[in-house]
Amino acid sequence: MHFRIEQRPEPSAPMRVAAPVLATALTVIVGSIFFASLGHDPLATLYAFFIEPLSSMNGLSEWLLKASPLILIACGLAIGFRANVWNIGAEGQFTMGAIAASGVGLFWPNPESALLLPLMFVAGMGAGMAWAAIPAFLRARMNTNEILVTLMMTYIATLFLSYLVHGPWRDPAGFNYPQTALLPTAAMLQSFDPAYRLNSSIFITVVAVIAMWLFTDRSFLGYKMSVSGAAPLAARYAGFRESAAVWIGLLAGGAAAGIAGMAEAAGPLGQLSPQISPGYGFAAIIVAFIGRLNAFGIVIGGLLMSLLFLGGEGVQMTLGLPSALTRIFQGILLFFLLAADFFIFYRIRLVREKA
Amino acid sequence: MDLFIAIFTGTIIAATPLIFAALGELVVEKSGVLNLGIEGMMLMGAALAFWAVTAGFSMPVAILAGALAGAAASLLFGVLALTFLTNQYAAGLALAIFGSGVSAFLGRGFGSDPIEALHRVNIPYLSDLPVIGPLLFRFDPMVYLALLMFGAISWFLYRTKAGLVLRTIGESPQTSHAIGYPVIRIRYMAVLFGGAMAGLAGAYLSVAYTPLWVENMTAGKGWIALALVVFATWRPLRILLGAWLFGGMTILQLQGQALGLNVPSELLSALPYLATIVVLVLISRNRQMLALHFPASLAKPFRPAN
Repeated sequence: MHFRIEQRPEPSAPMRVAAPVLATALTVIVGSIFFASLGHDPLATLYAFFIEPLSSMNGLSEWLLKASPLILIACGLAIGFRANVWNIGAEGQFTMGAIAASGVGLFWPNPESALLLPLMFVAGMGAGMAWAAIPAFLRARMNTNEILVTLMMTYIATLFLSYLVHGPWRDPAGFNYPQTALLPTAAMLQSFDPAYRLNSSIFITVVAVIAMWLFTDRSFLGYKMSVSGAAPLAARYAGFRESAAVWIGLLAGGAAAGIAGMAEAAGPLGQLSPQISPGYGFAAIIVAFIGRLNAFGIVIGGLLMSLLFLGGEGVQMTLGLPSALTRIFQGILLFFLLAADFFIFYRIRLVREKA
Repeated sequence: MDLFIAIFTGTIIAATPLIFAALGELVVEKSGVLNLGIEGMMLMGAALAFWAVTAGFSMPVAILAGALAGAAASLLFGVLALTFLTNQYAAGLALAIFGSGVSAFLGRGFGSDPIEALHRVNIPYLSDLPVIGPLLFRFDPMVYLALLMFGAISWFLYRTKAGLVLRTIGESPQTSHAIGYPVIRIRYMAVLFGGAMAGLAGAYLSVAYTPLWVENMTAGKGWIALALVVFATWRPLRILLGAWLFGGMTILQLQGQALGLNVPSELLSALPYLATIVVLVLISRNRQMLALHFPASLAKPFRPAN
């Protein structure tokens, strides 16, 4: 007897749903083995990681607060990924969005203007798009690999932020910390309840999810984007140019990441510092994959991923485990998810040899 | 003269990790597999090698540990990409994120003290030659190993039958499979080799280049190595030249800071990334040149029909 891998005649619809569940379960199992090997009670650690953060109002507020940028960015990225446009630089576009929005918030002549927040929104979105337009231009016109360019642009954006907060934008009253002054009140997204940090930026994310769903599932342009990813030749026959997919894909990702950067600066942070993102831009790539590049899947993926961030912070405080755990869990989850996808298209059969 | 020697030798040293990582990736890509996880594998190699030194192991053992860590990390990618036929972009990215997490996790106990760096060897007699001596014969052994690997890989790819088989698999796995070559097994070996090379690159960073542990100390060198392979249009000699170009960029940037140039240090630090973009643009415009040595099945999953 031996096992044989067989291609399914048709992709399995039940496995499509079961794969992410299976991957999550396997991640939890590996995680508990990992905790046990570190000498922590696995059940208690898992409780601290996944359950405790959600057991208080504050925890729920933080959960949604972190899920919101992840979902927003992932929606933008997924539009590109569907067309095989690999924007890996959302982290940089997020950073540029935060910088531009904070710049408007800090230096607009009238800090009490009601226009301040809308202007910051436009600035953040514009900066994210501009930062993504560079790799889009280079890919569309010069055939330059967008993976590498978007990544290099991320390092450059991080250095630019570092320059600003160490140099010209540093708060003179900031005790020499590399950070800007606090944004004026009119430049801040107010939270729903002063006790918690969740703010109205979550509505932006809701709009983005709906817009993405309309685009990918209900618009002809979105359909053409998907075709150009799955079958580039067919798309070309149909008169859809590859460069259009490159521009739309990258600009959508840049806009979403830029808005998320604006919402982060004007929301929970209220100023620029070198640590404006705990890796949202990179984590959003995983969220897009967990969500199968589908709007509602991304919502679930974002909630799951933000729980990982939250749990990572939780065990850091209660058990003294390092925050790098979050990235390890993200990596493991993505590994299992990608592997589990195999079973949508293949099955393993036990084959009896004839006697 | 002294400044020239400092820039020249600094360039060679800064290029060494790039040579290891990019040559390893070249072999992987020549077999038709794209592993974007170099940054993660380098970080794992850097962490393991650093740990081995602090744990009292000898330098060769520490460097070997780094190579093995890189290979072990690449095996994760291999299982996904080769056995589970996963999208190779996604699997490589997962490895990059995972490796940075694992290395940061391992590194939490390392402290911030430097370790004793890998010694330079003064090659007897030759190193005493005027000018030539300090320029060519006073490096640490890993620098020479990198050059040796360049020679070995060039010879392997273009002068041996095994190298020809590997390149054929990168062009057309179907044909190779039909002739009877074990496509998946050979791709696994290429992926493991690439991982070991990335591990060596990381080990070089943490035990020789800057002998202390800093989280994410590769600072994008893994991605630059990936760009180098494209820049080199999949040719070993151009990888060597490209690595020296980027090494020189890094050193000029450091020298610029030391000389007190009146520009923000962040601008100088951004130079290698800017240079990568510029170089990619220049090389990518020439589609014919890119296509000439491009492995035709790159990043396409392959499963033998049963």
